Amino acid sequence: MMKDNIDTKVGVDAMETKFNCRDVQVYYADNHAIKDVNVDILDKTVTAFIGPSGCGKSTFLRSLNRMNDTIPICRVEGDILLDGEDINDAKVDPVQLRAKVGMVFQKPNPFPKSIYDNIAYGPRIHGLARNKAELDEIVEKSLRRGAIWDEVKDRLDAPGTGLSGGQQQRLCIARAVATEPEVLLMDEPCSALDPIATAQVEELIDELKANYSVVIVTHSMQQAARVSQKTAFFHLGNLVEYDDTNEIFTNPRDQRTESYITGRIG
Amino acid sequence: MMSDQHIASAFDRDLEACQALVMKMGGLVEEAIRASGKALKSRDVEEAEQVRRGDKQIDELEEMINTQCATLLALRQPAARDLRTVLSVMKIGGNLERIGDYAKNIAKRTEVLAQMQPIEGTSSAIRRMTKEVESMLSDALDAYIRRDATAANEVRHRDLEIDQMYNALFREFLTFMMEDPRNITACMHLHFIAKNIERMGDHVTSIADQVIYLATGEMPEESRPKSNTEIYQMDGGDGSDEADE
Amino acid sequence: MTDATVQGGAPAPRGSIHSIDARTAKRNRAEKRFRTYGKIAIGIGLFFLVVLFASIIRSGAPAFTRTVVDVPFTLTQTQYEEAEGTLFKTKAYSDFFIAALDNQLREQGVEAEFDADTIERLLGKVGSTIREYYRANENQLGEEVSFSLATSSRVDGYLTGRVTRESMTDSRFLMAADLDLVDRLVEGEIITSEFNWPFITGADSGVDNPGGAGIGASVVGSFFMMLVVLFLSLPIGVAASIYLEEFAVQNRFTDLIEVNISNLAAVPSIVFGILGLAVFIQFMHLPQSAPLVGGLVLTLMTLPTIIISTRASLKAVPPSIREAALGIGASKMQTVFHHVLPLAMPGILTGTIIGLAQALGETAPLLLIGMVGFVARGYPDGFLQGFVEPNSAMPAQIYTWAARADVAFYDKAWGGIIILLIFLMIMNIVAVVLRRRFERRW
Repeated sequence: MMKDNIDTKVGVDAMETKFNCRDVQVYYADNHAIKDVNVDILDKTVTAFIGPSGCGKSTFLRSLNRMNDTIPICRVEGDILLDGEDINDAKVDPVQLRAKVGMVFQKPNPFPKSIYDNIAYGPRIHGLARNKAELDEIVEKSLRRGAIWDEVKDRLDAPGTGLSGGQQQRLCIARAVATEPEVLLMDEPCSALDPIATAQVEELIDELKANYSVVIVTHSMQQAARVSQKTAFFHLGNLVEYDDTNEIFTNPRDQRTESYITGRIG
Repeated sequence: MMSDQHIASAFDRDLEACQALVMKMGGLVEEAIRASGKALKSRDVEEAEQVRRGDKQIDELEEMINTQCATLLALRQPAARDLRTVLSVMKIGGNLERIGDYAKNIAKRTEVLAQMQPIEGTSSAIRRMTKEVESMLSDALDAYIRRDATAANEVRHRDLEIDQMYNALFREFLTFMMEDPRNITACMHLHFIAKNIERMGDHVTSIADQVIYLATGEMPEESRPKSNTEIYQMDGGDGSDEADE
Repeated sequence: MTDATVQGGAPAPRGSIHSIDARTAKRNRAEKRFRTYGKIAIGIGLFFLVVLFASIIRSGAPAFTRTVVDVPFTLTQTQYEEAEGTLFKTKAYSDFFIAALDNQLREQGVEAEFDADTIERLLGKVGSTIREYYRANENQLGEEVSFSLATSSRVDGYLTGRVTRESMTDSRFLMAADLDLVDRLVEGEIITSEFNWPFITGADSGVDNPGGAGIGASVVGSFFMMLVVLFLSLPIGVAASIYLEEFAVQNRFTDLIEVNISNLAAVPSIVFGILGLAVFIQFMHLPQSAPLVGGLVLTLMTLPTIIISTRASLKAVPPSIREAALGIGASKMQTVFHHVLPLAMPGILTGTIIGLAQALGETAPLLLIGMVGFVARGYPDGFLQGFVEPNSAMPAQIYTWAARADVAFYDKAWGGIIILLIFLMIMNIVAVVLRRRFERRW
């Protein structure tokens, strides 16, 4: 047991840092939602954010691709560096940032368009394809990466909203992948799915980690334990503990983490 | 900050039930050690027979602990301290079961020894050993209940005394056997008994290790003082090679 | 919280579920009562609707029929030249007609005494009608032509029972004695009823000729006004709503704008009328009575409705769609135009059509900007002139007719209402069809 621990630690640390967050604060009007968060999110790694409702994990996730910009009363302070560049710099266009840091949401939210158009939309607006053939190629590649190609290849013109919940969520992941992001943020991607669909999405996340840095917010501690290599525990806006997932789940350092993951009141 | 109770109180009940079984098992095993030592000293075949019969109950308890732990793992997916509790309960259960087996083995050999000429002075030395192991086990289980890593560590160090007692007895048996070959059968039995007690000590040490793991989340480093191994040259064994680590 | 235990222990047994207990029965009765109230309410509504429609149709139907006198008539070349040679040319034609009618009656075996004045009271200026016909169609001389001459609206009224000998006082329009001739004509099957196309296609007539009044010109007026309203209020309203809903920062100023839009929707239409009069006509000197001005005023009135309904349908688009688009790097504008607007489209269109329908039925502001003008000239000369030439609008026309002293215009007013309702219904059906068409599920 201890030996394994040491091995993964070395393996994870060898990865390079994707997001470098220093003293991040997020305010909703007067409400201090995220306090002094320092965290390094690694490339080619699945990082899970866990914590009770309202602990700020989703808020922090949304500040990684500046989705909080859409909320007028929300204010982010501190440094969030993506590959060493401050994402909150005045020079950064959030649209460009979001092409690099894709996002998948809690509820599967395909556009009410065809499956093909759902995937093709991102590449179209970002000008990733010069002609129809290239676009077709991107669509197929993305659907394959989303592990849904075999299920939908015969009905690309069917509406994306007609798929089952799990398929819709994988379609949304495929759509996020289609814009060739480097980081994938997932906000409780399985909370609306049944166990089989959840397992399929989890399997997909595991495959995605070979190419992407994946950050997943989840309410299910089991899910965090299953899919992630690194786990961050948030509580009342603080990042209480950030460590290798197996450390967090077998031997957490902080009493609050322990209370939370063992189902006591924290 | 930390609350001791789960939000799901049934989880607490299940965990407590498992640990209660371990404590019950611990009580039975302590009694078995004590009774087997006493029977050996007093050459009481009747009491030895009782110890042999009592082992069945210990085995059944271990079975129950395993089943309950498996159920708990499947239904509650414990994490962190709860996970360590369940794992340690299973391991301690296994250790106790082995100690019970050794006690039974002592009782068996006691029945054989009762037919033979007693060997002067050795039985009281063995009795001292059993008492020491019994008290170590009792302390280890106390430490378990209190999640007391310090107390558990003390127990681990006391295993050294057991080893030393065993080594002393070993030399004594050699002397007896060299003096008079007719003593060989009895001395061989007594040696196995001493060896069994020494192994009991190792299992108690393993229980103490589990207590430390449970309390701190980490298995203790192998810093436990070992008695020198020179004297084992003849049987080539290490006193703790079968301990669970 | 953790030491919360179930209070009060196990519940008391509730008894058999096969027998309904008093509480349940009471609740069921209450529910039944409520359903009954609902049915009664709907029943009352339907009853009044039926009454309304029945009375509208009953009162309006006469406007769609007219009675005509059918007289076969032959004019020879000699008679034509002779008539053209006299001093009172129309008098001559009138005499020819009287002779023909007399002849016709005699053939049917009906005896009747009448003179030229009676004919004029019953059928209007017959002579000039005939003269104009032959002057335009000289090749018809010598051929037999059947003239369908519309009778005066009082004759319609007499035949439908609205006018009786008792209710009629002798006037310059019609005398009790004239009705004898009507009776004779009916007897001789010379008076017949036919569908009143001139009512649908024609322009308004003078106050003394209710029979000749038509709503066609004001339909055209309304149409041009609606064009103005549609092409101004839809783009302005939708643009304003999108900006307010999606782009504007929330502050005191935008709050103020929002409150004012809601208030504007509640401002009485007459206020918009007087505003239109002051701004468009007195200040900007746009032509009076023109559909352009009417359309501008109605646009002001419709804008709040369209903005409110558009904002509501923009709000109804689930935020998940916006997040999805933003999440894959669409800009705010791309998000709105590619995803939010298409989803809000059915709501926007429905709101717009409802706004247009409201505007179509609006009367008060039109009165103030003079869109009640008597349009003797009928239809506009061309498409563009349609916007600026004086015209009337359907509701204003209906108001004008209803306000005229002559009761014969009452039929016309009711008939106009039927036409107006048909237009409103068509617009509502279009709204429903569009909504069905554009509606997408998400």
